[in-house]
Amino acid sequence: MQATHCASPSCSFPASKPSGRACNRASFNSAGASNLSFCGLRKEVLGLPARSVSLTVRKTAAARRCGAREVKASASDNGGPATAAPYDYDVIIIGAGVGGHGAALHAVEKGLKTAIIEGDVVGGTCVNRGCVPSKALLAVSGRMRELQSEHHLKAMGIQVAAAGYDRQSVADHANNLASKIRGNLTNSMKALGVDILTGVGTIVGSQKVKYGKIGFPDKIVTAKDVIIATGSIPFVPPGIEIDGKTVFTSDHALKLEWVPDWIAIVGSGYIGLEFSDVYTALGSEVTFVEALDQLMPGFDPEIGKLAQRVLINPRKIDYHIGVFAKKITPAKDGKPVTIELVDAKTKEPKDTLEVDAALIATGRAPFTKGLGLENINVATQRGFIPVDDRMQVIDANGDKVPHLYCIGDANGKMMLAHAASAQGISVIEQLSGRDNVLNHLSVPAACFTHPEISMVGLTEPQARKQGEEEGFEVSVAKTSFKANTKALAENEGEGLAKLIYRPDTGEILGVHILGLHAADLIHEASNAIAMGTKIQDLKFAVHAHPTLSEVLDELFKHAKVEEQIPQPLHAEPVAA
Amino acid sequence: MASLASANLLTKLGKLEPLKNGLHGRAGRNDLQGFRKAGRRGGRLVVEAKVREIFMPALSSTMTEGKIVSWIKSEGDTLSKGESVVVVESDKADMDVETFYDGILAAIVVAEGEVAPVGAPIGILAETEAEIAEAKAKAAQASAGAGAPPPAPEPAAPAPPPPPQAATAAAPPPPVAAAPSGRIVATPYAKKLAKQHKVDLASVAGTGPAGRITAEDVERAAGLTPSVAPAAAVVVQAPPAAAPAVKSSVVGPTAAATSAAVVPGTTVPFTTMQSAVARNMVESLAVPTFRVGYTITTDALDALYKKIKSKGVTMTALLAKAAATALAQHPVVNASCKDGKSFTYNSSINIAVAVAIDGGLITPVLQDADKMDLYLMSQRWKELVDKARSKQLQPQEYNSGTFTLSNLGMFGVDRFDAILPPGQGAIMAVGASKPTVTATGDGFLGVKSKMQVNVTADHRIVYGADLADFLRTFAKIIENPEGLTL
Repeated sequence: MQATHCASPSCSFPASKPSGRACNRASFNSAGASNLSFCGLRKEVLGLPARSVSLTVRKTAAARRCGAREVKASASDNGGPATAAPYDYDVIIIGAGVGGHGAALHAVEKGLKTAIIEGDVVGGTCVNRGCVPSKALLAVSGRMRELQSEHHLKAMGIQVAAAGYDRQSVADHANNLASKIRGNLTNSMKALGVDILTGVGTIVGSQKVKYGKIGFPDKIVTAKDVIIATGSIPFVPPGIEIDGKTVFTSDHALKLEWVPDWIAIVGSGYIGLEFSDVYTALGSEVTFVEALDQLMPGFDPEIGKLAQRVLINPRKIDYHIGVFAKKITPAKDGKPVTIELVDAKTKEPKDTLEVDAALIATGRAPFTKGLGLENINVATQRGFIPVDDRMQVIDANGDKVPHLYCIGDANGKMMLAHAASAQGISVIEQLSGRDNVLNHLSVPAACFTHPEISMVGLTEPQARKQGEEEGFEVSVAKTSFKANTKALAENEGEGLAKLIYRPDTGEILGVHILGLHAADLIHEASNAIAMGTKIQDLKFAVHAHPTLSEVLDELFKHAKVEEQIPQPLHAEPVAA
Repeated sequence: MASLASANLLTKLGKLEPLKNGLHGRAGRNDLQGFRKAGRRGGRLVVEAKVREIFMPALSSTMTEGKIVSWIKSEGDTLSKGESVVVVESDKADMDVETFYDGILAAIVVAEGEVAPVGAPIGILAETEAEIAEAKAKAAQASAGAGAPPPAPEPAAPAPPPPPQAATAAAPPPPVAAAPSGRIVATPYAKKLAKQHKVDLASVAGTGPAGRITAEDVERAAGLTPSVAPAAAVVVQAPPAAAPAVKSSVVGPTAAATSAAVVPGTTVPFTTMQSAVARNMVESLAVPTFRVGYTITTDALDALYKKIKSKGVTMTALLAKAAATALAQHPVVNASCKDGKSFTYNSSINIAVAVAIDGGLITPVLQDADKMDLYLMSQRWKELVDKARSKQLQPQEYNSGTFTLSNLGMFGVDRFDAILPPGQGAIMAVGASKPTVTATGDGFLGVKSKMQVNVTADHRIVYGADLADFLRTFAKIIENPEGLTL
């Protein structure tokens, strides 16, 4: 299980609420439907023109007593044509993470009257317990690495005295960043007039949602369409006892309450890998425990191999692969954390580790409890809410549930913050009368290690398999960061970019990058996939020199697209 | 007997060519298709008759050695230009190395799974079948690197690391307290260090939480932590674990390459490093040298050392500082004669200090030693030694010396003389400091610690009086060392 989950982890860092099992349960009940993952915040900042300054009044109203169906007096506040309608809103989104936020903003743009229900804090996993605070820690890790690499600095003529860090300040930086982004997110929605309803949202029937805080009576609101965006929480395999101090998930790790001398990280997907980057930069030694036979199982094998050479082997990291952490006992009475490893295939006991701490990064589980799915005859599959290509929810009989959609980690299609947001936008497009299907192969993913890893589309083995099945040839072009001037100027020549494509059509099937700023570089490729731009056209696109973007330029130019392709589009003479 | 084969002449860096065509990395070993088309660059070759050597290429700027993952071609296979011949694992990736020339793979010099330094021949390419025999003969001596100047980027690049079992013999068995359970708990870095320094973890007593073996424990077991030198021996740089290596480099180069058991009666070809050292040593015969010795009382130095040791000052730094201070007053001893017609007063005083490392020795350089503060210098020295051990020294960190210090005092050696590394004016050999009964000038008998130093110098530029004068200054500094801390 552990590794299977890692293969499709959520945004590059997730984490979520609960800290212990007890808490876990508590949060299911109380905090409720809300912790989404996701980053990729779009326009979250204030700057959007406030249409009508929204009512904060609503909140108090919400908190006050009111039975079912309180009519919303303020219906005209946020846009839309719902005024005379039989529904309180055009669209209600359950969960104010990055996915819900993206959907809400787009809904307002499309003139829909929108409400968003959040039972915990705005921003969801990504902003509060995931990608955002982790980026703060990784920024520190990157700087520390730079400053500690005397060898590297000296090559550029820089001298520094020994670099050190203050743990609490690092932790504060992460926390402050999360608060700031959370504020931005909240303000952007308020400014647009999105109603933020506080409480756990539960679907009570078709187009009908109940919400409320514990200790207060619930309210029921109606909407023409409902979007579930409740996200996920860290998945903790059975046998692992979380105490939140020595055995914990990313939720606790992001608070950086201490830096253990030796930490075992269970799971070597993005989350585990990013934390290994942080912990080793801060001086910890790391032991990976991975159930599959290779580290970083989700990556293109070649990238994974290089990542191992760059991100694992030279660091104070060792690993056990092909093993499950069957039982993990937190440190107690002066005894270290013990991890019982069993062979992933034979289940034979393999080894026992004694470490100072264990981080469980075995992937994420959808958070759908308390959503009231039973009220509308929807059965989850391995916890995920089944949806069709257009994110419309499928019920237990395999039929589409009218007016109900699910986006983000909760549907498990692609557990990434920006994927959730993209799905949300796609749904709103449909609600506004334009059919839209999100091409998930155009959604990039990134792992913010040093150097970064990014990817979009298929891995080489996936592409080759598809090529075999569908009868097309697959080619691969590669280029090294060592051939890039800017990378060399930065003294960061380590890295590889890889383009997987169809030589017959020039279609990009996948791009994988490991190297300086890889996460920022991937978008040229993901946009090309999304727009269907062909390599033969991209070859003519001009890149500023010297920039890291030339890595992709180089890649496109290396690709050999077969000649018979008629040179499309840009053939007309320019001026005369 | 002469010692100190200074390796600092091995300075030619392998050409680090950016791999313009990208890494010819491979997703899997069986997946060759992607590469047949891709590559262009790869094996470097030496244009030499029609029998060519295929060298271990520098696949990355940090690569000092590469492991042969697999030979794609076998001996006797016909190769055409641009074809992949061998897969090399560098510090970064597995890459296909291609040939620039058509020919026949006549001989494989470095077998699969073995490691070779960058620039070492790994295979021999013959142009025609007729030349295969010649090529094979060449292969026999190829690992000695006789054919072409092996552009070894780092002299320390050792031969294939001996298997750990064999190596444990070389590590001094430290106080043993095996984990009570018989299970060994060692941190990831401790394990890495143990592998690197060939320390058997079973023989290391763990001092970490719950008795785990930490990196420090392994370092201690490997003798890496500067231990408190007994009898304030003048020496610092060679830790006990490295001692066997030092000895072997003194005795003869054969043993230096590997600490594995020596099989009597076998002939072992030179490693690249050994051949380079051998060349330099032969070259040194062209320089007319002479030696001047001096006995110096070290009580004051020892006392000073005791006082400031806690601040991280090492004896090496003290000696280097003293030498640099003396050199500042005697610039001719810091000069070098390169062409036999003129000599250069070097603009800075860079003290190279010989350090035994696994498989040989290297001379990290303390640059501007006369100007550097003693404490900074001690720190810098520690860094250099760490880097030398992890083979990360940059060329300017081991080849910029203008004067060399060599010390065998830790073996109890009371005097020896050193071979002058070509390109330098003088080298100082330092022996152990030993209590000696001395008659003082005022007629009393007393016990003083004395050490003998012996300087070898290039008589084309340094004359006897110069050296004697320099030594007198040096002795004065050692006997009144307070100035060193200023």
